[in-house]
Amino acid sequence: MIPGSFDYHRPASLDAAISLLASLGEEARVVAGGHSLIPMMKLRMAVPEHLIDLQDIDDLKGIAINAGTITIGAMTTQAELIASAELESACPIIKETALLIADPQVRNVGTIGGNVANGDPGNDMPALMQALDAQYVLQGSGGSREVSARDFYEAAYFTAIEDGEILTAVRFATPAAGHGYAYFKQKRKIGDYATAAAAVILTIDGGTCSSASIALTNVGDTPLFAQAAGEALIGSSLDQGAVAAAVEAAKAITDPVADGRGPAGFRTHIAGVMVGRAIACAAERAN
Amino acid sequence: MSKINVRMTVNGTEVEKSAEPRTLLIHFLREELNLTGPHIGCDTSHCGACTVDLNGKSVKSCTIFVGQADGAEITTIEGISGADGTLHALQVAFKDNHALQCGFCTPGMITRGYRLLQENPNPTDDEIRHGISGNLCRCTGYQNIVKAIRIAAEQLNTAEEAAE
Repeated sequence: MIPGSFDYHRPASLDAAISLLASLGEEARVVAGGHSLIPMMKLRMAVPEHLIDLQDIDDLKGIAINAGTITIGAMTTQAELIASAELESACPIIKETALLIADPQVRNVGTIGGNVANGDPGNDMPALMQALDAQYVLQGSGGSREVSARDFYEAAYFTAIEDGEILTAVRFATPAAGHGYAYFKQKRKIGDYATAAAAVILTIDGGTCSSASIALTNVGDTPLFAQAAGEALIGSSLDQGAVAAAVEAAKAITDPVADGRGPAGFRTHIAGVMVGRAIACAAERAN
Repeated sequence: MSKINVRMTVNGTEVEKSAEPRTLLIHFLREELNLTGPHIGCDTSHCGACTVDLNGKSVKSCTIFVGQADGAEITTIEGISGADGTLHALQVAFKDNHALQCGFCTPGMITRGYRLLQENPNPTDDEIRHGISGNLCRCTGYQNIVKAIRIAAEQLNTAEEAAE
């Protein structure tokens, strides 16, 4: 499969990339690892006339953990997320999730920025970013702004990103020490998108759940922040009744399509199973 | 749409060519450089038959544009054996342990195994299976591939100890 023709640009700075994007207009696309965009270009579902490769922009790379905030540059690869011991100790659910994405070769190239900015409901990082209440940093010629991951996704491949903007980083508060976490993903095989997946982050204080945040992957045309599901856990001892209420609240917001992964009802059921298992695992890890 | 000039070091040799930006790295390697070891299998970044080493990392060359690889160092299956044709320990182990049947996935498997053993010189079988999870084989059921990589690891480690 041969993609359509395009002109290739590799700017050396973020400013240069932003001005290129402004001058080339809406027929230009930025490319990070390209492992979402290139397959779409091969299918001619995307036919950009200009491709702006961000790989030489050092400002978009790296993980910074300080003053209770974690900032990850958009061009940081999944493999780099997995390899960072600092990130694993501050926020281990990132590594757990990244390891469930695709395979080693794809993770060497695929980036967190591409994963969250593309708007593909099958991608795993968007739901995780919603569970972490992350902000996305968007930069355009008019300056920089932040959009919450919970507000960013409008429909499949439609996001709050405006023409001319580049997603430069994701940023979130370091989860509380001793927090419980789990990302559970049901998939048919390695490399597949989720039949359904759930991210759970919670804290337990003296036997009572004091905070809980749950989000779902690939059971709707956007990632789904399951606010009511998280609220069902807060104040409980994570007893059977509370967990069942959270599972039901999560299932209630799903709207999956029937595909090779199963009929819609099955995928909603699996979403509930993933939420239940992720809560149990997160509760066990919390202290 | 204008052509671009790309330079890269492939199997130790510097190459410079002009190419259409939409050229995928796998096509560039196979058609411009006549390196037909890396195969086109699924063409959708699933099967790993096109795996090459790019700046010290395994990648799927069917999902990388040639411009993205401009300036890179690339190793293909053709660069794994010695200059005199001596087979790499992985190649010997694949041959001796019946780790291939049709052979279509083998260049990708060995190129991936080559990098895996540099990242983790002493992997468990489980780590090998995860390490090659981006490479599909439709013949062998993987048992002998995992075994061959394990045996190659042992031989490379023994050779390294002997050299020390």
